[in-house]
Amino acid sequence: MQIYLPIAEVSVNAFLLLGLGGMVGVLSGMFGVGGGFLMTPLLFFIGIPPAVAVATEANQIVASSFSGVLAHFKRRTVDLRMGCVLLVGGLFGAALGVLVFNYLKSMGQVDLLVRLSYVVFLGIIGSLMFVESLNAIRKSRRNTGPVKRKKHNWIHGLPFKMRFRVSGLYISVIPPIIVGICVGILAAIMGVGGGFIMVPAMIYLLGMPTKVVVGTSLFQIIFVTGFTTLLHATTNYTVDIALAVLLLVGGVIGAQIGTRIGTYLKAEQLRILLALMVILVCAKLALDLLLEPGELYSLGPPGGH
Amino acid sequence: MLRLLALLLLTALPLRAEEVVLGLSQDKVAITATFDGSEILIFGAVKREAPIVADPPLHVVITVSGPSNPVTVRRKERKFGIWINTDSVEVDAAPAFYAVATSAPFNQVLSNVEDQRYGVSIPRAIRSVGAPMEVADAQSFSEAVIRIRTQQGLYQLLEGGVQVDQQTLFRTSITMPANLTEGAHPTRIFLTRGGKVVSKFETVIDVNKVGLERWLYDMSRQQPLLYGLMSLAIAIAAGWGASAAFRLIRQG
Repeated sequence: MQIYLPIAEVSVNAFLLLGLGGMVGVLSGMFGVGGGFLMTPLLFFIGIPPAVAVATEANQIVASSFSGVLAHFKRRTVDLRMGCVLLVGGLFGAALGVLVFNYLKSMGQVDLLVRLSYVVFLGIIGSLMFVESLNAIRKSRRNTGPVKRKKHNWIHGLPFKMRFRVSGLYISVIPPIIVGICVGILAAIMGVGGGFIMVPAMIYLLGMPTKVVVGTSLFQIIFVTGFTTLLHATTNYTVDIALAVLLLVGGVIGAQIGTRIGTYLKAEQLRILLALMVILVCAKLALDLLLEPGELYSLGPPGGH
Repeated sequence: MLRLLALLLLTALPLRAEEVVLGLSQDKVAITATFDGSEILIFGAVKREAPIVADPPLHVVITVSGPSNPVTVRRKERKFGIWINTDSVEVDAAPAFYAVATSAPFNQVLSNVEDQRYGVSIPRAIRSVGAPMEVADAQSFSEAVIRIRTQQGLYQLLEGGVQVDQQTLFRTSITMPANLTEGAHPTRIFLTRGGKVVSKFETVIDVNKVGLERWLYDMSRQQPLLYGLMSLAIAIAAGWGASAAFRLIRQG
């Protein structure tokens, strides 16, 4: 069944959109990533104009994250306090990121920057996570005792300490705020929720337990992407509500299924799957940059170079 | 003076001798939520007072053109081992949709001079003036616009797409794709003999969003904040709804 999208001004198959939404929703619920880094390139591929894809994707992430976070609230795996601290940094970072984005746009080559930052960040995060979770699995096979990841380092020497009971942490608020800002900047530049950067940062930099990380990340993503949606709707008029509804119907159902699947998997397995997925997307994007494209020319709206 | 006027009238007469009477299956295209492209039937007759001239034969050229907008064309080049956008050329005006239907191969129907004068063929419908100095082969950028849009079904050259009966009745059907842009679509019909235009007729096909599409589009432009909040409200309601539904399924 074909549906004409009022803002994107293209006609697409409704079931294809439902399917895409569902698939990305499952991943979102399992890993606590918004799925934007997967969905946005997929939408480009089926012919949605990039500006509309990025803006609408933000709106869809709100829905799937909200659906996912409710399931996590039920299981008490959301660290609200940590989420709020990250959010403060995140909103600040997002605003900063928009400024950086506009500055680079005036200099040209923003498209390349977005792609390169995807490849670099996905590559680093993916391979680090992959190696780490392989080691963790190997260790847990050798001795059945729990893997100890808590370390005392310079992070614990910083001031403004706060107790995060759900995460079982007593650390300074400075690292989470910095993580929030960095993720916010990247999220704004790359046009995604930033979960795929946030989740590893929470695990490895802040030392939060994996089970709590997913819910907390989703909680924070809702607000950052909600803010982004409003910004896009009021400045660029690129949020396509019809597209969003189709994507999010699939997305919210997928997110519920994903959250259930997530509870049956061990933390290490969850991490290794996420790492593999991140590496896969990274490889695809890197190949796009390295191989000669079929069509050397591309059309775009006027203005900018 | 009178003699001159009479002479002028006489010479002008053969040009006026054949005129188009046009019919359209629809002069409006309504883009609804389930819009999946549209096929427009363009038909008509040639009105004339003099007997039909057999040679050169009458040919018909029909063009339908979408709204023209500037387009930035970028070209990728390999630099530092990766493919990045380097040169770009702004094409001043390229129609979002352009279809040309003719009753015979294009070069038999219309001479190059007449094509240039009326801007009928696809390359002539694109206007590109200000190519930057550092780009040597600006022509290939306009060609890229045509190639990409032809692949998307937006530019169509239908040679032999017009049927002409008895040198009087003609008809063609133009398929408008699903990714159509809103706006007036000027439609031109040319009657040609021996490559020369003998008569020209113009009309407009309106393409408009209607119903829900219209309402959403207008709202997103006129009340963007409300529209954004509505999008968010729908997103949150859907998220909550799915969560509640799954809880019920699990309990039940």
